[in-house]
Amino acid sequence: MKSTILKTASIYLLPILLLFSIFILLRGHYFPGGGFVGGLIAAIAFVLHSFTHGTEATLKLLRIHPSALIPVGLALAAISMFAPMLNGQPVMTGLWFDQPVPVIGLIGSALFFDIGVYVVVIGVVLTILFTIAQYSG
Amino acid sequence: MLIAVLAGLFVSVLLIPLGRLFKGRLAVLISLLPTSLFAYFASFIPTIANGEAISFHYPWVPSLGVDFHFRLDGLSLLFSLLITGIGSLVFLYASSYLKGHRYLDRFYAYLSLFMASMLGLVLADNVLLLFIFWELTSISSFFLIGFNNEDANSRKSSLTALAVTGGGGFLLMAGLILMGHLSGTYAIQEMLNASSFLKAHPWYPAILALIFAGAFTKSAQFPFHFWLPGAMKAPTPISAYLHSATMVKAGVYLLARLYPILGGTEYWTYPLIVVGGITMFYGAFHSIFRTDLKSILAYSTISALGILVFLIGIGTEQALLAAAVFILVHALYKASLFLTTGVLDHETGTREITQLGGLRKVLLPLAIAGLLAALSSAGLPFTFGFIGKDQIYEATLHTEGIMPIVLTSLAVITNILLLYAGLLVGLKPFAGKLPERYQAVHLPHWLMWTPPLLLALMGIAFGAFPALIDASLLNPAATAMINETFDSPLKLWHGFNLVLLLSGITLALGALLYLMRKPSSKSMASIERFNYLAPQYIFGKLARAVRRFAARYTRTLHNGFLRVYLFRIIMFAVLLLGFRLFTGGPIQWIPAHLSPISVYEVAVLGILIAAIFLTVNTSSRLTAVVATSVIGYCICLLFVFYSAPDLAMTQFTIDTLTVVLFVLVLFRLPPFLNLANRRDRIRDWLLASSFGAIIALITIQAMNQPFDDAVSKFYGENAYVLAKGKNVVNVILVDFRGIDTMFEVVVLSIAAIGVVSLLKLKLKASEKE
Repeated sequence: MKSTILKTASIYLLPILLLFSIFILLRGHYFPGGGFVGGLIAAIAFVLHSFTHGTEATLKLLRIHPSALIPVGLALAAISMFAPMLNGQPVMTGLWFDQPVPVIGLIGSALFFDIGVYVVVIGVVLTILFTIAQYSG
Repeated sequence: MLIAVLAGLFVSVLLIPLGRLFKGRLAVLISLLPTSLFAYFASFIPTIANGEAISFHYPWVPSLGVDFHFRLDGLSLLFSLLITGIGSLVFLYASSYLKGHRYLDRFYAYLSLFMASMLGLVLADNVLLLFIFWELTSISSFFLIGFNNEDANSRKSSLTALAVTGGGGFLLMAGLILMGHLSGTYAIQEMLNASSFLKAHPWYPAILALIFAGAFTKSAQFPFHFWLPGAMKAPTPISAYLHSATMVKAGVYLLARLYPILGGTEYWTYPLIVVGGITMFYGAFHSIFRTDLKSILAYSTISALGILVFLIGIGTEQALLAAAVFILVHALYKASLFLTTGVLDHETGTREITQLGGLRKVLLPLAIAGLLAALSSAGLPFTFGFIGKDQIYEATLHTEGIMPIVLTSLAVITNILLLYAGLLVGLKPFAGKLPERYQAVHLPHWLMWTPPLLLALMGIAFGAFPALIDASLLNPAATAMINETFDSPLKLWHGFNLVLLLSGITLALGALLYLMRKPSSKSMASIERFNYLAPQYIFGKLARAVRRFAARYTRTLHNGFLRVYLFRIIMFAVLLLGFRLFTGGPIQWIPAHLSPISVYEVAVLGILIAAIFLTVNTSSRLTAVVATSVIGYCICLLFVFYSAPDLAMTQFTIDTLTVVLFVLVLFRLPPFLNLANRRDRIRDWLLASSFGAIIALITIQAMNQPFDDAVSKFYGENAYVLAKGKNVVNVILVDFRGIDTMFEVVVLSIAAIGVVSLLKLKLKASEKE
């Protein structure tokens, strides 16, 4: 797409949307939001960029291929799932730090699980879209 | 204990990124894993010998009754020591055997995975856990058989093995679940209490049939034995380790483990004696017609597995002790023979028995290993095999009725043939004159000839001094099977009795057979004439028939037209739901149940209808896509009105991405489209409206049911208390039903891999053009 306005706007929108997606991810435990939606929003941010600058440019911006995010996210989710076992507790027991962290709030294993979901969703969506984009372009 | 079991899995995973480091000389270092595990398990010998059993319990998914519940008793210890002990030797051996192989790291990853799953299998005290490890051994065996993945035969053999053992595993799962369901527990130790209840239950024969199916396929019993000779396509250390010493004994282990719970009845005894008896004779008989060393070993392994099943079927104390002894006897001499064969293959480049001879002159230590192993397999006095055979005859003689004569003669014939097979592999290649072309053969690296020699020497040492292991290892193993204390020291000398006579006859006739019969490639041809009767042939036909049926079925139902799929799916749903609605009683319309309609809703509904109208009437694809997305956004708005913000947000983003995806794909489609003809449009309209009407009717009907809010109440009340979250939807996703979410992201990842691989294949094909 060759709209200069959109092209310029997307450069500024990308970090804002990413920040917004992280905000959505983090607030998920108390308010509407969560890893899945957050991941989708982050993916949309990159898709917007790729629409205006081309898929190649976005891939360059990402440095790593989005497909590499999939195993990272899966591992993160799996680790947070199995971590309680090291403590002798059943899988997926929620573990929580006692003290809340400023801005973020209480941190628990569920947060890492959600971050894992977030990363997987970004990886999956971008992998599918970019592959199709390259195939059709 | 958990760490000991899972260590192999960790190593296997670590080898993915670090594999490069271990391809060269460092490959030997990986052997530290099995050796340290061996030492760990050996440290339990004194405790277990005292008749104790050690339990380890780690909760895993307690709500499903699946826990990491391990228990080390005599039987598990015997198997654990075999797995880690022979494993150590095989790991060391392979570092030299496959030196410089391109995929050596991959090989060790599979091997570690296998070792971990096999250990888990024999240590698990929960049948579901046992089943998980059972399947993992099948999978790692699949990878290892197909290790030479560029060879079509390897791939085919590994698929056959996976199909047979996987199919059996499927039935086994059904059997184990049935057993757990009836006895109310999945813990093996607790099932012991339900033993008499299970045996009297009308479903007892069904449970047995399912469990036998699993055990027989895994342990290569007739008629499922044919995958095992095919599995010899794997590198020789693998054949020695998986397909002789450990994995194929998993079925035997399962039977031994379940004997105290299910065993001892007629339903148990006769099938096992018959199948085991046929297998032991069939395997031994076939082995003498083969000329490929590994084939001979494969068939004699089948026969040995038959003997074990046969003994567990007899089920007397002597028979069970004999089984424990024979497991060890067989593992020692067969692994040794396999590893010897591996060196022969590696050094001379052939495994044809007709070509090999006189190699003792160049490979002396190996010749000693082969000879000692063959003697142990022959059951010469002062070898461990002698004791093993003694025990078998003892067991068959002490049965009831006419059984002693039938069973003993079957055992004697089998042993004669096995003795011949053992000599063929262990003695024949080294005896006689050395052909000229092998003059230059030299002894390989010491890591390749010491493992078989060590195993063979152990066979002799245990034979000469059975006190080394009987009280510490074999009696506890038998105790675990019988489930009551059992103590019967093994003796080398029982005095002049019938058993000794039978042993003598076996030795004499076997030796005579070896002297009289010369193996030739003709004998192979003579047995191949009967191939059309072989189970392998019949199963092959069956598999082809299934494939043909599947192809035909797919062509009719999945013809590739999206519109046809949609049409059929919706039509089916309409018919099914319509029928249910029709028979379900009158539909009540109670306006009081409806909430008042606001002006926003009416507006959104108007937009919705307009967008639908545009979608079906436009002739531009792009307009249709945009109009569809308007429909999607309208639905999001409805979600917002009815206070489901999480759903609305997700739907909104998904809709956006779908439009993007559509637009990307649209580039590839013809730019303009004609509307379908009138008849089709009327047909589609009818279907769509009836589907809509039915869904609407169901919704109205559902409102008439009293609303049960127990579930939502539970989540609402406990979200903050148990999971410290205020957003119930998200708490359900990441905590209460987190396992579902985990599997959902896994499915997503698989979808991404699918898309990429399908498109990349196309990309590559188009680049070639």
